[in-house]
Amino acid sequence: MLRTHAGASKRATWWKTVLGLVFTALMLFPVYWMVNVSLTPRSDLRKNPPDLFPVSPTLEGYEAVVDQQLPALGISLLVGLGCVVVTVALAAPAGYAIALLRLRGGKALNFILLVAQMIPAVVMAMGFYAIYVRLGLLNSIWGLILADSTIAVPFGVLLFTAFMSGIPRELLQAARMDGASAWRTFLSVVMPISRNSVLTVSLFAFLWAWSDFVFASTLARNADVVPVTLSIYAYIGNNTTQWNAIMATAVVASIPAAVLLVFAQRYVAAGVTAGAVKD
Amino acid sequence: MTTTPTRRTAHAAKEAPMQAPKRSAQRTIHGSPWIAAAFAAPLMIYLIAFYAYPLIRSIDLSVHDYNIRAFVQGDAEFVGLANYIDVVQSNLFPQALWNTFLFVGVSIVFQYAIGLALAVFFRHNFRLSSLLRALFLVPWLLPLIVSASTWAWMMNSDSGIINSFLGAVGLDPVNWITSPDTALLSVIIANIWLGIPFNLVILYSGLQNIPDEVYEAAALDGAGAWKTFWRITFPLLRPVSAITILLGLVYTLKVVDIVWIMTKGGPANSSLTLAVWSYREAFGTGQPAFSPASAIGNLLIVIALVFGLFYIRLQRREEH
Repeated sequence: MLRTHAGASKRATWWKTVLGLVFTALMLFPVYWMVNVSLTPRSDLRKNPPDLFPVSPTLEGYEAVVDQQLPALGISLLVGLGCVVVTVALAAPAGYAIALLRLRGGKALNFILLVAQMIPAVVMAMGFYAIYVRLGLLNSIWGLILADSTIAVPFGVLLFTAFMSGIPRELLQAARMDGASAWRTFLSVVMPISRNSVLTVSLFAFLWAWSDFVFASTLARNADVVPVTLSIYAYIGNNTTQWNAIMATAVVASIPAAVLLVFAQRYVAAGVTAGAVKD
Repeated sequence: MTTTPTRRTAHAAKEAPMQAPKRSAQRTIHGSPWIAAAFAAPLMIYLIAFYAYPLIRSIDLSVHDYNIRAFVQGDAEFVGLANYIDVVQSNLFPQALWNTFLFVGVSIVFQYAIGLALAVFFRHNFRLSSLLRALFLVPWLLPLIVSASTWAWMMNSDSGIINSFLGAVGLDPVNWITSPDTALLSVIIANIWLGIPFNLVILYSGLQNIPDEVYEAAALDGAGAWKTFWRITFPLLRPVSAITILLGLVYTLKVVDIVWIMTKGGPANSSLTLAVWSYREAFGTGQPAFSPASAIGNLLIVIALVFGLFYIRLQRREEH
């Protein structure tokens, strides 16, 4: 009896696996197509119907990436890392103040942060542009880092606050009994416990800065500072014959997302839900 | 800046180790509210400098008549609400509003429906389920320029895979992003694809919070899968659904990149949404018109905030 039941349920989940594979394949088809086109020789790009597999794979698209895109990738990397530093440095102490030091007006601050996330980037971009024109920050890496950090800072504070609220008070009491200052407690007790939150916030801050298009296309309009998103955009505008090179750049630009998914998958899901639902 | 107050606390803690009254110990771990303020101060300064000030600047832009020269010299003429009136009375306004409504509405309905179906599908673990669920996050993590350019190439009229698929099943090719009839549909399709992961993740975590006993009881009553979904899953998931949809609304309203990269709002404004219109006025042409652009942008903020406040109210209620 029991064995047939187990057998039946196993067969049921087997079907689910197959169905799941089909759904995933459909969902990821555009990603596959990007990789496929990036490996297609230029002469085959306009072939109709297009080859479903890289029949004669070529690396000419990737050669173009190495020849032309390395500076852009470097700038995106710098902007992303700068954004991580700015975001964590601002958000972690603020989260500590709201969650554990019972900051006065902490509730109001939380509300402001939620509202801040709802302001369209295009409005912020115009404000930044108007300010940067005067300060001479247009087309600078610092200007981009500061603007891009506005995407991640509110999220970071909300995430740190949510996590740090769960830290047992006894731990902090103990640190205080040992004579540790609030700053010392923050550095040697709270931050080490919050390691995963730091990681989650850093990952998202990097990814959002790396992926940003609106700020880059408005605040870095000269050729001095061109992050990879703008570089792809310029590519699309300039020549529509080299789609293998465009797609190869797109593949390279997707590497951080892939790394994130492989090494930090559970933090990604945690990050998505932390912004929306508290459980 | 933080060292002075912290040292003082350290002292205070040493001087009065055990005397701290229980009540205050419960309220705050570390003495004075100034310390908390000191930790939050960098964020406060940041919010004023990089949120409040740009926002004020954008309101300022919208009530003046700025051109490039006035922009640098700062001597633009004050025009009150004239920019807002111009925008609302413009021929483009009804079209942009309608496009925004379609873009947001259709995107949300499909993202939610597909996300929910997948969440229900993934509810029970099966072999490879967690790996497949992780792979579903990919579209959400990719830079938008990557997704947008890939979709643009897939939807290319002559060499796109979608048209060659349509041809293989005997249908006529469609000029997806180059025809005014289908440009909006094209960006909506790409945007649905982008939004599915977000809906899946949140709805899936909502499903995890529905206790198994409820389902077991339903199974004992002999309820089928369809009935179980409509009688149990859907009603119990309603708070999470509302939050997902409202958040999706707020995010979708302000989307610029995917539309701009694929169609630039064209052809003939057929895929122009309010956010894209604002971007185009300010940065999309050789002649930046910041004043109308910020007027459109500020109208957009008002619309987003209406939904946003609904969302915050709901979330508050969820927490209590």
